[in-house]
Amino acid sequence: MVDGPARAKPEAGKGAAMDAEVGAGGAATVTTAPPAGGLPRTEVVLAPRPVEPPLITGGKTVSDVTRDVFTPLERKTTNRWRVCFAIACSALLIGVVSIAYQMIVGIGTWGLNRTVGWAFDITNFVFWVGIGHAGTLISAVLLLMRQRWRTSVNRSAEAMTIFAVMCAGLFPLIHMGRPWLAYWVFPYPNFRGPLWVNFRSPLLWDVFAIGTYFTISAVFWYIGLLPDLATVRDRARGFRKRIFSVFALRWTGSARVWSRYETACLLLAALAAPLVVSVHSVVSMDFATANVPGWHTTVFPPYFVLGAIFSGMAMVLSLMLIARNVMKLEHYFTWKHIHAMCKAIVFTSAVVGLAYTTELFMAWYSGNEYEQFAFNNRIFGPMGWTYGIMVLCNVIVPQMLWFRRVRNSLALVFAITVLVNVGMWFERFVIIVSSLSRDFLPSSWTGYMPTWIELGTLLGSFGLFFTAFLLFCRYLPMIAASEVKAVISHQEHEAEHADHDTDEGRSA
Amino acid sequence: MSASLHYGLFTDQAGLLGAARECKQRGLPIVDALTPYPIHGIDEVIGIKRSRLPYVTLIAGAVGLAIALWFQYWSSSTDWPINVGGKPFDSLPAFMPVAFEMLILFAGLATAAALFIRSGLKPYGSPRANGAPVSLSRVTDDRFVLIVERKDAGVHEEHIEEVWQRHGAIETWTETQS
Repeated sequence: MVDGPARAKPEAGKGAAMDAEVGAGGAATVTTAPPAGGLPRTEVVLAPRPVEPPLITGGKTVSDVTRDVFTPLERKTTNRWRVCFAIACSALLIGVVSIAYQMIVGIGTWGLNRTVGWAFDITNFVFWVGIGHAGTLISAVLLLMRQRWRTSVNRSAEAMTIFAVMCAGLFPLIHMGRPWLAYWVFPYPNFRGPLWVNFRSPLLWDVFAIGTYFTISAVFWYIGLLPDLATVRDRARGFRKRIFSVFALRWTGSARVWSRYETACLLLAALAAPLVVSVHSVVSMDFATANVPGWHTTVFPPYFVLGAIFSGMAMVLSLMLIARNVMKLEHYFTWKHIHAMCKAIVFTSAVVGLAYTTELFMAWYSGNEYEQFAFNNRIFGPMGWTYGIMVLCNVIVPQMLWFRRVRNSLALVFAITVLVNVGMWFERFVIIVSSLSRDFLPSSWTGYMPTWIELGTLLGSFGLFFTAFLLFCRYLPMIAASEVKAVISHQEHEAEHADHDTDEGRSA
Repeated sequence: MSASLHYGLFTDQAGLLGAARECKQRGLPIVDALTPYPIHGIDEVIGIKRSRLPYVTLIAGAVGLAIALWFQYWSSSTDWPINVGGKPFDSLPAFMPVAFEMLILFAGLATAAALFIRSGLKPYGSPRANGAPVSLSRVTDDRFVLIVERKDAGVHEEHIEEVWQRHGAIETWTETQS
């Protein structure tokens, strides 16, 4: 496919094309000298493309991609991986113990009180759902926009989405207090009437939104994995081959199947793109439909969605920088990818900053004293330091990415992406806790401090996330090999066209 | 009369596309091509029609939407109406989020199911016939295979061989169908 009209750049021009008059859309008209007795012949040639740095570097061929992506899966487990896995599992174990303790003793083990009825759990829920959003954005929206750089990142980003949504789902489940009755949230025929669920509640919308989001993300991820699972199957022997034969679904690489497969991917992407917007909008309505000052605002849906994309992009970049280093993926996850994602982070950071400003402006402009108080309290109240961390990490620090020198430093980029996620966690904490702790009635104002159980659960969710992610890196191809192969063949095709003088019109 | 399938194995995309174009020009029916990644422009050469999957998506989405809307109406305003904050029982705007999610869920799952069923992607059985050459399993790595059908024995056989040779097939074989 052609990704837009060719642009003309003089330094890339060669031979006759240099003199060509470049028309709109990059087509140039070359008039050659009329042959004897004939009319002047006019041909349309496309102006040469600018020489762009290739996405995949190191002169990789198609079989190199197979080797680079699949041999790490077939080798013995490295010690580095074992150490990481041990740490992740330990964190997960702390989470399991914390959850078991609060299941036995009860939700009273949390730092919640009558005024602050929602704090850590919902903060973590919104945080993890947000992390997931960049995965869908990269896999679906960038696919629809035909951004080729997504191919190196999309597999891990989608895996990240699935694991993040798993972590997110954990918190409402625990908050129910009796998670073994979690099926009560579904409208199933029952002997209590049947008594149906309340379809007017945003909390129920959440059940449907998160459930659909998890299902569709998992399906999309699995379909994307199919061709690579077939490669694993075809390279394997014995037991491994049998396992992967089941999951590769008799994939042969037939052109007829490829054609249908690509259509299906586009369709799923077209479904996932509005889905991702709807999910965080619904999450934001958990707050926006309440009349708590600081929550009751119409800006919440877009504000939450962009914040989610912002934090998710940062998380993808953190993970990819680690993977790039540990798994030696420098040729696949190149500077071009890092820069593209840095730019996405700067942009979303600016939008998040705009949202913070809009909130403040609207609080002042509304003339509502409760609303004004909520924001005054948020910034200057006893928990003002959390607001400070939020603004510093989300709006100020990411602005450093405007500078090429910062973008060229892996350490700085990594530090910024981690800080962004710290900041985004605090954003949710600020919104939830600062608004609840001081609402309409001063006599019921309280503070909030998390207990060790809550901190242990948060740590456990990170443990779950990294355990799942490490297992994924170990046993499944973490780069979409078939898509990278297509990018390489496209790159070669481009190079050929840059080499030859374009003497025939290329069809779009 | 016995038909046979002729396989030509290529090391690059250009060889495959060249051979496919020539087969098309000579009127040799192309059965399929096996490639490690989707090749753009091959659909017209082989004669693959535009997929009808979007219709499946559309219909399943519409069904999901209809079921979700109907169920919310029925359960909230007919079967057991409950007064929630004085809102009307048939509050359409409040039903939209769930209806939308169900639209996406139905459409997505139906699209995936249709892809699997229509393409014969099943979790059991072998992807390749017994006795197929080992090199076929390198298609998922970096090999390209073109499969041409020959209806009548003898006819076109040398044509097919010629095409294979001209475009640099590194391996060729024939599969007779009973």
